[in-house]
Amino acid sequence: MAWKEVRSALPAGNYYYSGNEAAAEGAIAAGCRYYAGYPITPSSEIMEWIAVRFREVGGVFIQMEDEIASLSSVIGASWAGAKAMTATSGPGFSLMQEGIGYAAMTETPIVIVDIQRAGPATGQATRVGGGDIMQAKWGSQGDYPVIAISPWSVQEMYDQTINAFNLAERYRVPVILLAEQAVGHLRERMNVVEKIAIFNRRKEKGAAPFGAGDDGVPPMPAFGEGEKLLVTGSSHDDYGLRKVADPLVQARLTARLHNKIVNNREEIIQHEDYYAEDADVIVIAYGFTARSSLFAVEAMRREGKRVGMIRLKTIWPFADSLIRDVGSRAKKIFVPEMNRGQVAGEVMKYTCCDIIPYNQTDGEVIHPNTIMGELRRLL
Amino acid sequence: MAGDMEEYLRPGVRTPFCPGCADRILVRLILRAIAELKIDIDRMLFVSGIGCAAWIPSPHFNADTLHTLHGRAIAFATGAKLFNPELITMVVSGDGDLAAIGGNHLIHAARRNTDLTVICVNNMVYGMTGGQVSPATPMGIFTSTTVEGNRERPFDLCKLVAAAGAEYVARYSVSQPDTLVSSIKRGLETPGFSFIEVISPCHIQFGRRNRLDTAAETLRFFAGKCLMKDEAEGLSPEELRDKIITGEFSNGRNQAD
Ligand SMILES: Cc1ncc(C[n+]2csc(CCOP(=O)(O)OP(=O)(O)O)c2C)c(N)n1
Ligand code: SF4
Ligand SMILES: [Mg+2]
Repeated sequence: MAWKEVRSALPAGNYYYSGNEAAAEGAIAAGCRYYAGYPITPSSEIMEWIAVRFREVGGVFIQMEDEIASLSSVIGASWAGAKAMTATSGPGFSLMQEGIGYAAMTETPIVIVDIQRAGPATGQATRVGGGDIMQAKWGSQGDYPVIAISPWSVQEMYDQTINAFNLAERYRVPVILLAEQAVGHLRERMNVVEKIAIFNRRKEKGAAPFGAGDDGVPPMPAFGEGEKLLVTGSSHDDYGLRKVADPLVQARLTARLHNKIVNNREEIIQHEDYYAEDADVIVIAYGFTARSSLFAVEAMRREGKRVGMIRLKTIWPFADSLIRDVGSRAKKIFVPEMNRGQVAGEVMKYTCCDIIPYNQTDGEVIHPNTIMGELRRLL
Repeated sequence: MAGDMEEYLRPGVRTPFCPGCADRILVRLILRAIAELKIDIDRMLFVSGIGCAAWIPSPHFNADTLHTLHGRAIAFATGAKLFNPELITMVVSGDGDLAAIGGNHLIHAARRNTDLTVICVNNMVYGMTGGQVSPATPMGIFTSTTVEGNRERPFDLCKLVAAAGAEYVARYSVSQPDTLVSSIKRGLETPGFSFIEVISPCHIQFGRRNRLDTAAETLRFFAGKCLMKDEAEGLSPEELRDKIITGEFSNGRNQAD
């Protein structure tokens, strides 16, 4: 196994960090040593933190000419052997889409932090949004796998950035930390433990770098190791040779890219249950909205109301069997979101129980009182 | 093995190039430069974008190759080179790829003086997609999207890249094989950003629309336009019209102060 226990980059203890700073520290702890970025609110603090800290830990930082270049160079660095990352927000995330598809097709481990702001377009740069959920999954052409994680605290900005690198390396896939401005700019205590587990990409001399391997995830050599690699975003065989008109090659490749994530979803998907066991109304929430939702649910539990919450920590791949299960138990499912119902639509795909979306797109977080008010109407 | 050109070709590869394509010549000339420098090709990384020219290294070269997105080769190469400076990194891509969609990356890499050798394979047209006009198409030339002749001025790519700060800048044609090979060697040996524009004609998409029916005719047409820099000195603008000036335009000394 390529799992390894390593000492955290920061001394163990408590820190008072912003979510963005925590993401930068999580990346460093996970072994990220290449970062390329382009300034954009509300994500720039990640890049600025990295620019300082890479001088101490010995990483390569570069501010590129745009987000297309940032992500392209991150992919290039990953093939040179780096754990590599970039961070951005909506407009930059849009520019990165072609590169995300390329990383998925070439099975390049990379991490992208998207600190979501209010869109569409330039929208409200300093205000919160949650509208990039579907873009994270479907933003580039064709069908391709990604993993997307939704952190709800500064602690998770740290822990889940480490997890994002582990998943990227484990499955050779782009991983998106789909945070919201409210979490990126949140400042609260986080704890660093002495040792963490990290996964480093598997290597095997001479093995097919795009072959099936044991579990659909081939080993990944780096440039400069004498493997004479052919890396291409065109359809390719197990050794990377372009095969752009062979139906069998195309079918095998696209199926394997999909299956290596879907078949391992039990290992990838994380969620948390709060009072969901006996609840009549279940809130399905993620990111910052899960904080407000939990506050509301706990207040109403104290009043004896049978409400509960499921927090989705992983957005993609979607927790389909969890939703099926929840849908078979609950009378109603309430899905509050800072978008026009992107996750609610997914929930509807997997259960036919009564699903009530709540959509707030005013650049503000959803207040616990709002959620309480809505829940009262549903009970 | 260092120095053996045949070993630098990936075994069993069928070339995707049209018969007579000048890029076939360039495959050999780039490898000859590497062989003459006795570089162990396993220390090299070849990065290309999308287009016919981008196929020169991938799959022909028996080395690490990164065939990227249209226009982005230099940005991908930047990441690999910065993370592992040991990789001798060469970018090979077309005029459309490097100068149109990728133009921003080109000037910024030159400005940073990133240690890359960029071969811009200039056929003055978008070969792969059917012969549309490119930012390097000369005025008056017929393409599938300039049916009355191109009315836009082309870039002088060497001037552009030199002005942006590149260490080494040169232009040669595949019809000047020996000087071109020396230039590629100079580029590889120069630390910092090296840019070599190679005139590599496309008879299929460029030639046929401009009454040049064969590969040989197209090659001769361009060869006839090429002048060495010193031959061009003293000629009037009238005499220089339609000429392609070849030679070195920046060779490190410009950057000394
Ligand atoms: C984003 C994007 N836009 C357009 C294309 C289509 N495309 C493929 S190659 C090419 C032009 C290539 O021209 P050039 O770089 O000059 O290479 P040549 O084929 O002439 O050698 C274009 C526009 C693409 N692959 N990706
Ligand atoms: S279309 Fe032109 S550039 Fe492309 S392979 Fe054919 S001759 Fe060469
Ligand atoms: Mg061209």
